[in-house]
Amino acid sequence: MSSTIVSLPDQTTATLPKHTYLNNEYGLKSWLLTRDHKRIGILYLITITFFFFIGGAMAGLVRLELLTPQTDLLAADTYNKVFTMHGIIMIFLFLVPSVPGTLGNFLVPIMVGAKDLAFPKINLLSWYLNTIGGIMVLAALISGGVDTGWTFTTPLSTHYVNTHVITAGLAIFVTGFSSIFTGINIIVTVHRMRAPGMTWFRLPLFIWSNYAASILMVLGTPVLAIALVLVVLERTIGIGVFDPTKGGDPLLFQHLFWFYSHPAVYIMILPGMGVISEVISTFSRKRVFGYTAVAFSSVAIAVFGFLVWEHHMFIMGVSSYSALIFSLLTMLVAVPSAIKIFNWAATLYKGSITFETPMLYAFGFMGLFTIGGLTGVFLGSLGMDVHLTETYFIVAHFHFVMVGGMLMAFLAGIHFWWPKITGRMYPENLSKLAALVTFIGFILTFFPQFILGYLGMPRRYAAYPPEFQVLNVLSTAGATVLGVGYLLPMLYLTWSLKYGKIAGPNPWQATGLEWQIQSPPVVENFLETPVVDYEAYDYEWLANKTRNEVHTVG
Amino acid sequence: MDSHAIATHPEHAHAGHDHPPFLRHHFESVEQQREATSFGMWLFLLTEFMFFGGMFVAYLVYRTWYYPAFVAGSHQLSVLLGSINTVILICSSLTMSLAVYAAQKGRKAALVRWLSITLLLGLVFLGIKASEYREKWEQHHVPGLNFSVSDFVHVNPAYPGQPALPLDMAEKTQVYFSLYFAMTGMHALHMIIGICVLAGLIFRARAGAYTSGHTNTVENFGLYWHFIDIVWNFLFPLLYLISRHQ
Repeated sequence: MSSTIVSLPDQTTATLPKHTYLNNEYGLKSWLLTRDHKRIGILYLITITFFFFIGGAMAGLVRLELLTPQTDLLAADTYNKVFTMHGIIMIFLFLVPSVPGTLGNFLVPIMVGAKDLAFPKINLLSWYLNTIGGIMVLAALISGGVDTGWTFTTPLSTHYVNTHVITAGLAIFVTGFSSIFTGINIIVTVHRMRAPGMTWFRLPLFIWSNYAASILMVLGTPVLAIALVLVVLERTIGIGVFDPTKGGDPLLFQHLFWFYSHPAVYIMILPGMGVISEVISTFSRKRVFGYTAVAFSSVAIAVFGFLVWEHHMFIMGVSSYSALIFSLLTMLVAVPSAIKIFNWAATLYKGSITFETPMLYAFGFMGLFTIGGLTGVFLGSLGMDVHLTETYFIVAHFHFVMVGGMLMAFLAGIHFWWPKITGRMYPENLSKLAALVTFIGFILTFFPQFILGYLGMPRRYAAYPPEFQVLNVLSTAGATVLGVGYLLPMLYLTWSLKYGKIAGPNPWQATGLEWQIQSPPVVENFLETPVVDYEAYDYEWLANKTRNEVHTVG
Repeated sequence: MDSHAIATHPEHAHAGHDHPPFLRHHFESVEQQREATSFGMWLFLLTEFMFFGGMFVAYLVYRTWYYPAFVAGSHQLSVLLGSINTVILICSSLTMSLAVYAAQKGRKAALVRWLSITLLLGLVFLGIKASEYREKWEQHHVPGLNFSVSDFVHVNPAYPGQPALPLDMAEKTQVYFSLYFAMTGMHALHMIIGICVLAGLIFRARAGAYTSGHTNTVENFGLYWHFIDIVWNFLFPLLYLISRHQ
């Protein structure tokens, strides 16, 4: 094997590097007080995995309850609390921080050629805020739960429910600061910490998409924060900004809430799209087609993302003129999203495609996100929306976007960068099986929900007419398969920490700066400040470099 | 600058290379560190602006809907106290700027002096604010806790020119006072945080922390203090002044 150009280390004798960020210091304290962006990324990985499985358990309960048309497993109010907690945990404690918190933290400084994020202490603080917020959500859950739905819609949340809205609202407020700090850190790092030669248009697309998502975090999150502060003030002392009996307007809450929470969809999905760009380029060994267009489409999604919030309120008494305009603007978001999908397809065209696990997840992403996006066009159309909103159609739509899109991308990214993070490979066949199981489980879970919604089954009810049972049983069966698909990576990735093959610095022969250093990296990432003299995704440069290295060694 | 040694042996990072003690390891130069921290601060202030923005939007909407209620509400505020507070806050912005200047020039005594005066002015502002809040409490103008509409359905002898409101509009003055307390309360909270930070800065400035070339912290706190000032400079006319001619 030593004659190949590709310099994969000999698996039998290869060892992990001596000095890494993992063995630089030992002990719990060295982790809990670390300022190393890579370690903080791992801390995030642990907490979001924990919350993901709690949120997943909630989803499992919801699906089990819906196995039969009656309310037999959970009482109606318990059911409300369970799906509310599922939503809050999955959105604020998993989807929003997942890619920026783990992969973003780990990779952004390395990919731009910096030693760390711009503000390491604030980075650690943002992990603590996220964890504290998570603990507060769990406290709300244990002490009696919240049953408003994750949207905290007023006046339900301020006047009519007798649950722990205050704890949950403050929890979201706290995690919001975590999100803001991560966003500021990423933006400043990309602007001010790039290595010599790393121009804006040499940045990997993962950086562009995290940058765009960070803009959304920085501008959107404070608006959610103030909306929740006002809800808490209204519940505690009754100031009445959203209370119609005092002259306030509940719709104002929804405007403020969705001003954040629609862009939040793009906070979730944009970093995922960045992962997909990296994966698709690497495993088709081609520069991403239309690099500049894909880069700018991230920024365009961020900009349009702020202009569409009212499509969540079409049936809530907004004026028909504004609804028309927001319907049109909603359609416009499809354009930059489609630019990405088409350009990925064009990248694949005539590429040397290999079907590694991250690539399988990436294909899953492209298929599922496309379905999710196209059904979004249905929902953006004013007339269709009146028929379909608040039914299972909308549940299926946003799960296709967020789970089919974001979660697939997150799994793609975790597998893709696992060798870099841990220095070891995961078991090849098992991981491909997991990708397949996840995909099948996903389709089986959520596709029937489109039909259910189209037939008129409303969301958020514990009981339903018996004629919907067949599709619900299918969906619950799918959720079981999906659960297996999530448990598998959890198990074999943990296994690989000890028994996985040694990966070497660049197992995929990818071009990013992160692959030019050892795996796992040293504490300050680079032995010397890198000087970048090649374009992003320049596989010819990489081939020459590898050939020269082999030549010098030989 | 032996960057190779820093990276390979991080545990010995401090040995044998000459950079100022305040330059953190992940920055290449003092200039880069200064630009990054300042940019980060501006971004944080942008988030603060969006935070207050939600309430400004609420103000705009409700003011358009309940114009007479907002006029009646703003007549209940003391323009005199508001004006004094505005002057105090602008002066504190000036003293803060002088503190930053003193730090840049490396004058420790002047830095401590200007920071202390800023802190003092901030406390005076909060004291006046507290007395205004107490007055509102006594007049039963605090929504949710002790609000009473009766002041607004009758002609107030203190403001004979102001007409009595019909009952439904009088109830809407609650929205005005909700926003008044939410906005000025959030502003006061920012002042309290600012004053706590200021106390810390004074403590460290006395030990000579910011007068040996490392002025980022003082400069960035200066930006925060000016932001508080600017927010007040919008709150004061919106809440106290713009309906007074009616």
